[in-house]
Amino acid sequence: MKKLIALLLALMVMFSLGACGSKETTDSTANNDAAATDDAAATDDAAATDDAATEDTGDTGAADGELIKVGIINNDPNESGYRTANDADMKAVFTEENGYDATYAYSLKNDEQIAAAQKFVQDEVDYLLISAAGTAGWDSVLMDAQNAGIRVILFDRTIDADDSLYAASIVSDMALEGETAVNWLADQGLDEYNIIHIQGVMGSAAQVGRTGALDEMVAANDNWNLVTQQTAEWNAETAQQIVQSVIDSGEEFNVIYAENDDMAKGAVAALDKANISHGVDGDVIIMGFDCNKWALEELLAGNWNYDGQCNPFQASYIDEIIKGIENGQEPAEKVVIMEEKGFDAATITQEDVDQYGI
Amino acid sequence: MTSVKSKQQGSVLTQKLHSKRQLFIPIAALLVLILVNLINDPSFFAIKVGTNSTGDPVLSGNLITILDNASELAILAIGMTLVTAASGGQDISVGATIAIAGSVVLRVLCGTEARPETLQAPIIVAFLVCCVVSMLFGAFNGALVAYFKIQPMVATLILYTAGRSIAAWINNNALPIISEPSFAYYGNFIPGIAIPTPVFIAIACMIIIALVLKFTTLGLYTQSVGINPHSSRLNGINPEFIKFITYVILGLCVAVAGFIKVSRFSTINYSVVAKDIEMDAILAVALGGNALSGGKFSMAASILGAYVIQFLTTTLYTFKVDSSALPAYKAVVVIILVVLSSPVAREKMAKLWKKVAPAKTAKEAN
Amino acid sequence: MQEGAVLEVRGICKNFPGVRALQGVDFTLREGEIHALMGENGAGKSTLIKVLTGVYTKDDGQIFLKGHEGPVHIKSPEDAQNAGISTVYQEITLCPNLTVAENMYIGRTKGPFTNWRAMNRRAGEILRSLEIPASPTQQLGTCSIAVQQMVAIARAVDMECKVLILDEPTSSLDEQEVRKLFKLMLDLKAKGVGIVFVTHFLEQVYEVCDRITVLRDGQLVGEYVIEELPRVQLVSKMLGKELNDMAALDKGETVSEKEDRGVPVLEAHQLSSTEGIKPFDFQIYKGEVNGFTGLLGSGRSECVRAIFGADKTTGGTVKVNGQEVSIKKPRDAMKYGIGYLPEDRKRDGIVGDLSVRDNIILALQVLRGFFRPISRAQAEAYADEYIKLLEIKTASSETPIKALSGGNQQKVILARWLLTNPNYLILDEPTRGIDIGTKIEIQKLVLKLAAEGKSVTFISSEIDEMLRTCSRLLVMRDRKMVGELTGEDLQQDKIMATIAGGESAS
Repeated sequence: MKKLIALLLALMVMFSLGACGSKETTDSTANNDAAATDDAAATDDAAATDDAATEDTGDTGAADGELIKVGIINNDPNESGYRTANDADMKAVFTEENGYDATYAYSLKNDEQIAAAQKFVQDEVDYLLISAAGTAGWDSVLMDAQNAGIRVILFDRTIDADDSLYAASIVSDMALEGETAVNWLADQGLDEYNIIHIQGVMGSAAQVGRTGALDEMVAANDNWNLVTQQTAEWNAETAQQIVQSVIDSGEEFNVIYAENDDMAKGAVAALDKANISHGVDGDVIIMGFDCNKWALEELLAGNWNYDGQCNPFQASYIDEIIKGIENGQEPAEKVVIMEEKGFDAATITQEDVDQYGI
Repeated sequence: MTSVKSKQQGSVLTQKLHSKRQLFIPIAALLVLILVNLINDPSFFAIKVGTNSTGDPVLSGNLITILDNASELAILAIGMTLVTAASGGQDISVGATIAIAGSVVLRVLCGTEARPETLQAPIIVAFLVCCVVSMLFGAFNGALVAYFKIQPMVATLILYTAGRSIAAWINNNALPIISEPSFAYYGNFIPGIAIPTPVFIAIACMIIIALVLKFTTLGLYTQSVGINPHSSRLNGINPEFIKFITYVILGLCVAVAGFIKVSRFSTINYSVVAKDIEMDAILAVALGGNALSGGKFSMAASILGAYVIQFLTTTLYTFKVDSSALPAYKAVVVIILVVLSSPVAREKMAKLWKKVAPAKTAKEAN
Repeated sequence: MQEGAVLEVRGICKNFPGVRALQGVDFTLREGEIHALMGENGAGKSTLIKVLTGVYTKDDGQIFLKGHEGPVHIKSPEDAQNAGISTVYQEITLCPNLTVAENMYIGRTKGPFTNWRAMNRRAGEILRSLEIPASPTQQLGTCSIAVQQMVAIARAVDMECKVLILDEPTSSLDEQEVRKLFKLMLDLKAKGVGIVFVTHFLEQVYEVCDRITVLRDGQLVGEYVIEELPRVQLVSKMLGKELNDMAALDKGETVSEKEDRGVPVLEAHQLSSTEGIKPFDFQIYKGEVNGFTGLLGSGRSECVRAIFGADKTTGGTVKVNGQEVSIKKPRDAMKYGIGYLPEDRKRDGIVGDLSVRDNIILALQVLRGFFRPISRAQAEAYADEYIKLLEIKTASSETPIKALSGGNQQKVILARWLLTNPNYLILDEPTRGIDIGTKIEIQKLVLKLAAEGKSVTFISSEIDEMLRTCSRLLVMRDRKMVGELTGEDLQQDKIMATIAGGESAS
């Protein structure tokens, strides 16, 4: 019996390893494929230059209908809904139909990402797209890329490196997201703002940006008060407990400013339990961030009031920049801040939900 | 002769106190927390009857919040206590395996749709599948620890790192949401019953484990395996199997806790659900005065430890401690509690007690 | 210093709290000799070695070394090395993941740089000169245990030692490996190295050694030239029994042999286990008390462990009441009514933190099964019964067993097995380390059990204790059953002669 169990377990282990392994192999075959096409492309390239020896080879890539090789370094798509949407967007844009030969590398660890970048440089990609896990340590690999004539485009996250080392950086401005949201809140014209502020993981870019705007407003206006300001570390359940503790203490509040949708959802659960009305025509204004599809549906149903976008769709921006460079146009600005909307329950439409929900 | 006798009586007394002393620390911690809150604001303990947004009666108040939110932790503390006792180590993968358990529940209920209109399977089926899967993962950990003799923390590190990715993989990275209201009963309220359902589930688990400990020899076996696997083996116990089975039991606890977790919001967030709960579960065991190196345990003390942790968390929220300082406060309180409940400190206290006690017993003897 | 001596020790004393481990011990090692250091457990052999190698500092006495004026002071293992005393322990203390050469020179290179080529060349020369079959660049872990042992010796030799201490070097080697090791030892002896050889294998002592020093209870018994000390004498000196002082023993009390003994309660045929004992035959009858005797490490515990299923058996058959059975684990043996009180009480017997009560009911509980726990009240009753019966001195049945004295702990373990009402009880050193009073109680108990028709196998290091209780003795030597003594033969000198083997046994 015991042996049977042990055997079963061993099988399970093997299966699970196998599962990981198979994923691994698909990845590596993808790499191999890339390498293969790389070789083919190289010989093609050589042939092309042979044929047109006198021609300027500067803009052969796109003009000849050849694929542009891009190496994309991203965080693990399992990390969050935002990242899943971001990765899906990349995969939707950098396709062969659009003239790209894209290879992906995922890691949540900076050193692994840098190693992947090194590999892409060796593979002689045309463009290196990076969403860095950490800000430091990128200089040398970017230098290598520059020497190899590879253009680097950062997306979603910036790094600590000289801006001559990359062509462009496409980022969200979290502070602006916060500002947009706080301005929207100010426009609601309440007599008194008693706010429960639920923060994300302390020190994360999103938390710092989204907290900053609110803190400023509260400091500047006497009728803006923070009932409580606590971190729920992006966790719905913790948010629920924080709001619950305010309700149990009997303090008055009329705004919940949660720094992501999950935490707003947790807060709403606490309100529902205490039968406190919220949303459009409710006693409490509910604000969230990230524009998850389900969150926008809550908005559409009038249960929430506001949801700030954190735009994961950088691919089209990058596509534009690459196409521009291929045609000899450097991007106008190094840092491209993406347009990010704030949705109001009063004005949101089903189209918005479908288009912007992640 | 009389002196010998009184000495023996004295040690009988300390012996009895010894077994009770394990409960003493978590009870004392609870009393201190109650006192602090009483001084700060007596209304902390108010319990109100109200209705929720669907018009059903619910009880509310901090005490209810504590009882409600500590449920998962208390259930996990049961399994963690057994694992600690038998294997002398802890399972650090419970948070990640809760994500897996929750993901399995949603996968069974939703099928491949992210937002099903109707449930694809009865809830009980989802729960049972979740139990089986969680126990298999528990068995995986248990086999590594018991048969391959890998350090528990290292063995469970595998699922600790991989668990949340596996959870996401089970649902193809989608975040299913269940709209069926009856699914939310298990994490919230059953209409008409004013006490949160998780409280009942936790109580049920405690009753079950109490019955198991009373009507089987699990307690004796886990303790003797934890204390001395060699003599246990020579007395006919199979130490490997006992270690293994404790991990499977913990797997079952994880399944129940995971089920409650997904029911609370009818959805899941793989990366944050039950985050760091393994540390709280281990802490609950330590707070209960149980040696983390295994051996003798007190189940009641561990469970009480879980409630102390939740009481502390809720207290810190009501005190509106600054967000960035919250971990520091928690750390300080935890350090004090853990040091007080450590065997060394208890030994010291026992000595202190003995210094006071002999005078008394001597008087009685005279 | 004596002529030709390389190491001389005079009046060494070493005390530990409550124990006088060495009391004025003298020891002399001469150039080019192999000198056996003999004694039972607790005789002080290892303490003496640790004093010589600087692990312990001596409390009193003097150590002289050839080439040193006056007494030398050895305060650390490093001092010992510098003085030319090298030690090779039973457990190899080298690093298996380094190469052979690295192991030979580890910790001995001067300065931060290593000349690898020179080191490998030098190592190769030594290995060749000692005919050790290993290459300097080979990883040590890939060599056999014997070769690793030899590398350890080579390391010691290269440090130009004058004194080489080998602490039980042969216990994990097989016959052929032992041969190789002996050859190496004789080579070194020819080169003038003095070798101290500690072993519990008598055969080996008589094969290679020149002299024997016997210690007992921390005191020097004497130093002998090997030819002048027959084996039986050696055994009697180690055990501290003069050959003729047991005539007074009253044999009337021992259980008389019954004529018709029927089917053996337990019968083993050609049983062997993973612990390296040679296949042995064994049987015990109803109401019989028999015993295993032999020196420490002779394999007597391993035999009973094999019977009980505590070690994995590798061959042989076992019959219980004439029925062939398979005993793979202790639980199997327990089901057939066998109980086993292990030799190492701390490691294998007690469950330290558990209460006396839980310790008493443990085996019975396991026999009853997982789903039939003994109720608290019932357990309480059992515990009280046996605490009273065996006069166990404990504050209460709630007291953790580790708080009890050794003798009382032993009684609790006895109670544990008596509670299971076994047909056959194996008691491995039940009287070790406990006071005289308790010893006699236990001996009486054994005889009482036999009178009740139970069978008992009794193992003790004290021969008179065995003689008082056993009607049949099985003698072990070097992991082999070498004799069976009954009736007339149950006399101390006969037993010792059988234990010693060799010339006096024939």
